[in-house]
Amino acid sequence: MKKIINHPEQVVEEMLEGIVSAHPQYVKRVQGFNVLTRAGGPSAKVALVSGGGSGHEPSHGGFVGRGMLDGAVAGAVFTSPTPDQVFEAVKAVDGGKGVLLVIKNYTGDVMNFEMAAEMAEAENIQVEKVVVNDDVAVENSTWTTGRRGIAGTVFVHKLAGAKAEAGGTLAEVKRVAEKVVANVRSMGMALAPCTVPAAGKPSFTLAENEIEIGMGIHGEPGTHREAIRSADEIVDHLMEKILADSPVAAGQEVAVLVNGLGGTPTMELYIVSRKVAQMLAGKGAKTVKTFVGNYMTSLEMAGFSISVLKLDGELKELLLAPADTPAFVQF
Amino acid sequence: MSVAISALEAVSEAIGRNKEYLTSLDAAIGDADHGINMARGFDAVVAKARTLPPDADVGTVLKTAGMTLISTVGGAAGPLYGTAFLRAAGTAQGAAIDGAAVIRMLEAAINGIKERGKAVRGEKTMLDALEPAVEAFADRYKAGRPLVECLDAACEAADKGVAFTKTIIATKGRASYLGERSIGHQDPGATSSFIILKALADFCRQYESGEN
Repeated sequence: MKKIINHPEQVVEEMLEGIVSAHPQYVKRVQGFNVLTRAGGPSAKVALVSGGGSGHEPSHGGFVGRGMLDGAVAGAVFTSPTPDQVFEAVKAVDGGKGVLLVIKNYTGDVMNFEMAAEMAEAENIQVEKVVVNDDVAVENSTWTTGRRGIAGTVFVHKLAGAKAEAGGTLAEVKRVAEKVVANVRSMGMALAPCTVPAAGKPSFTLAENEIEIGMGIHGEPGTHREAIRSADEIVDHLMEKILADSPVAAGQEVAVLVNGLGGTPTMELYIVSRKVAQMLAGKGAKTVKTFVGNYMTSLEMAGFSISVLKLDGELKELLLAPADTPAFVQF
Repeated sequence: MSVAISALEAVSEAIGRNKEYLTSLDAAIGDADHGINMARGFDAVVAKARTLPPDADVGTVLKTAGMTLISTVGGAAGPLYGTAFLRAAGTAQGAAIDGAAVIRMLEAAINGIKERGKAVRGEKTMLDALEPAVEAFADRYKAGRPLVECLDAACEAADKGVAFTKTIIATKGRASYLGERSIGHQDPGATSSFIILKALADFCRQYESGEN
């Protein structure tokens, strides 16, 4: 393992110290906890709290700021934060209008955030939850725990955050979050694995010519492996799965997120977004906005995911609303 | 020092010894952190338990362990094992720990895991080790066998349960995202449950032989 770290046990602590020292105008730390909140908060609006394992930067601390999150909870690397940490975040950001928890659909995240919600309710804090399940790679049958939540979660942060900023009630913010979840689909692939610092070795191996299709964001294996193909062919395959699950009609407005997993050059992400744009245009869809870059990473994993969000008038307005956070600035 | 605390130390030692093994099992079907998370949690459990008064009862020790696991492990294992220890603590309070109490504690722990994880046996989870273990324990206990023999039977059943998880498709947790690709891999959670039971059985055997 070759990494720019001091001690594997200290990576989360030192990263959080780094985020706060780099972005004091945006975020502050809840002392004693792995929780970042808005520097100026709490404010008298519905608050959004999200979080998950560390290693997905800039998720989630990078999205704390105006128009997106009020609090972010960082677990150990690729491990959901514990209920007491989430509870601290909820207490720190609640401005009296209630708190929405944005949870990615992973068993551990759901359980820990549920326990935190129980703790908050016991203290009479109004809490609602939304579980994001945008990854079409895995089956959505009745016998699974459902789809994973991956990069499409960033759209939930953005649009529900905009609704909260506009003064929406907790019920309205939750409704928007659920509408985004219902309309966003994602899928990813990997060229190379990543190494969790505490484990010290890659969580899986791929041969030189192999790629993994349908990866999650924790280095957990995808649905299958195949020989490497051209960028266009890979995008074709991922988009086919995304559009099969959520067909885009001619005239439909969409937003696109081409998300790097941490180890892929921006050049390659743009080659991907080029093909995505061609395919959507071919369907007669209108792409309102495309985001390209590292939003929900997996340490240094090479690869990317594509998220497509179908818009209506309300979602489009919230998408285009301003946001000002360390990793997402829009005027 | 409380026997219950010594038992937790034995469990923590066994988890620490199997940290890389559990992590490697998780790498095959999950996200390669089960051993790391469990070791971090049980290290904290031992540190916390050692601050308890030497005469702390079993209920207090288990409750402390449960709360510590919930606040340190994270992932799915934290809420599941934490809930299991808290539920076991609830039935252990004030009672002498005999075979009947062990059965009550294990059953309460299993019910807690089922409720928290919304899982049942046969879904390639820790329940596939724990449920057969408590059944085997109860069978021997009702037949009037000594405690150590009951524990050995429980471990044997848990071990078989772990082997059984190799043959089935995961439908809960991260391994479920692999679907049929999960066949052939044993469940890391079932394995850590077996390791914990085995450590407790070994501890009891040593404790009893030391007493005699």
